[in-house]
Amino acid sequence: MIIEDELAALTAPAPAGFADSVYARWVEVDGPVGPLYVAFTDRGISYVCPTSWMDDDRDRFLDSFRTRFGRPLRPAVKAPAGLAGAIRSGRGSGLTYDLRSVGDFDRAVLAKTLEIPPGEVRPYAWIAREIGHPAAVRAAGSALGRNPVPILIPCHRVVRSDGATGNYGFGPQLKIDLLHAEQVNLDETRALGRRGVHYLASDTTGIFCYPSCTHARRITPAHRVELANLTAATAGGYRPCRHCRPA
Amino acid sequence: MTDELPLRLSRDLEEAFPDVVAAYQQAVFTTALRMSGRPEDAADAASEAFLRAYSALRDYPPERIGQLQLRPWLLTIVLNLVRNEARAASRRPAQVGLDGAGHAEAREGPEEQAQRHDGQARLGCLLTELPDTQRTAVVLRHVVGLPYAELAAVLGCPEGTAKSHVARGLRRLRTMIPEEAR
Repeated sequence: MIIEDELAALTAPAPAGFADSVYARWVEVDGPVGPLYVAFTDRGISYVCPTSWMDDDRDRFLDSFRTRFGRPLRPAVKAPAGLAGAIRSGRGSGLTYDLRSVGDFDRAVLAKTLEIPPGEVRPYAWIAREIGHPAAVRAAGSALGRNPVPILIPCHRVVRSDGATGNYGFGPQLKIDLLHAEQVNLDETRALGRRGVHYLASDTTGIFCYPSCTHARRITPAHRVELANLTAATAGGYRPCRHCRPA
Repeated sequence: MTDELPLRLSRDLEEAFPDVVAAYQQAVFTTALRMSGRPEDAADAASEAFLRAYSALRDYPPERIGQLQLRPWLLTIVLNLVRNEARAASRRPAQVGLDGAGHAEAREGPEEQAQRHDGQARLGCLLTELPDTQRTAVVLRHVVGLPYAELAAVLGCPEGTAKSHVARGLRRLRTMIPEEAR
């Protein structure tokens, strides 16, 4: 065979599904407090935005995605598997995410945030400590502010240590609405914060928790001990809860 | 049909871009594959090339898009990506399993690899042995099937020079193929 023919035979079709490695797809789905735009690639979910944040203008959403990710976007036939269930349960840890646009530090912050169960909140300082950068509290807050997949990776469950809900990429009111929808008792959290109470302990189990921890909520009023700080917890002989890991 | 693509892109990028991917994905992927010699990297380089093109098109004024020669432009983008990746890879230490597996394969050069393969795979390996410009010229002209005018645009040289790069590349390839395989 002459070499020109052999060379011509070396053309290769692009692999199956090649177009899906270029395009992202998008859907509109019901979220916990209003509809959401959700964009995803062949690697996973890459962008979530409440439709209200875009004034329900689909073209604004499409343009903001294309600008932020430099990727063309087409309508999807169906939503990614498991999305509706994850939104209903408030647990996004079973979904796959495309976080290629996210740096290592931010990724660690987001992975940690994914562990916070629905109905509970953690302080920014908790995230920083859990990922091994206890001094990087502010950086953790900034990373959460850049979260490309809010609500599914529940950055709304990260609040200030003084019990205030703190800032949110889509405005503080949406953060409050999301936490209310998950039955977080914000009035109590704020009231405790105002009194300088950061932990709740049980005098029967000898364990202390963050106030929103599922175990703290089971402590009966008669056995509930309010603690201002870790020194008080240590002095009282309490050990940190293994679920919410307050220390 | 591909003649109208630049004009359609300049009018409605989002509507026309899927047709650009459909029309050129084989040329872009084949170029990445035959320039890098690594199928696993070629698909990534090809999709990255379309993403770079898309971002650039979002920034270009419509007049500029309307005058683009899409195929040589896309192939230039993917060639740069493959070159940059090869440069980055040469700075990274070779990845070898803890048990030393993969050592032999990592140490042998393209010619030794070519000995182990027949036909197509052998020629594919030999291509990666050519000097960069000759390899580009041969791949684009004879594998992708690019006309000389477009090849000259990609190489940034006159058509006559592009032809001689192709001719020299072919001559060199013939000398590399073992006698019995010809």
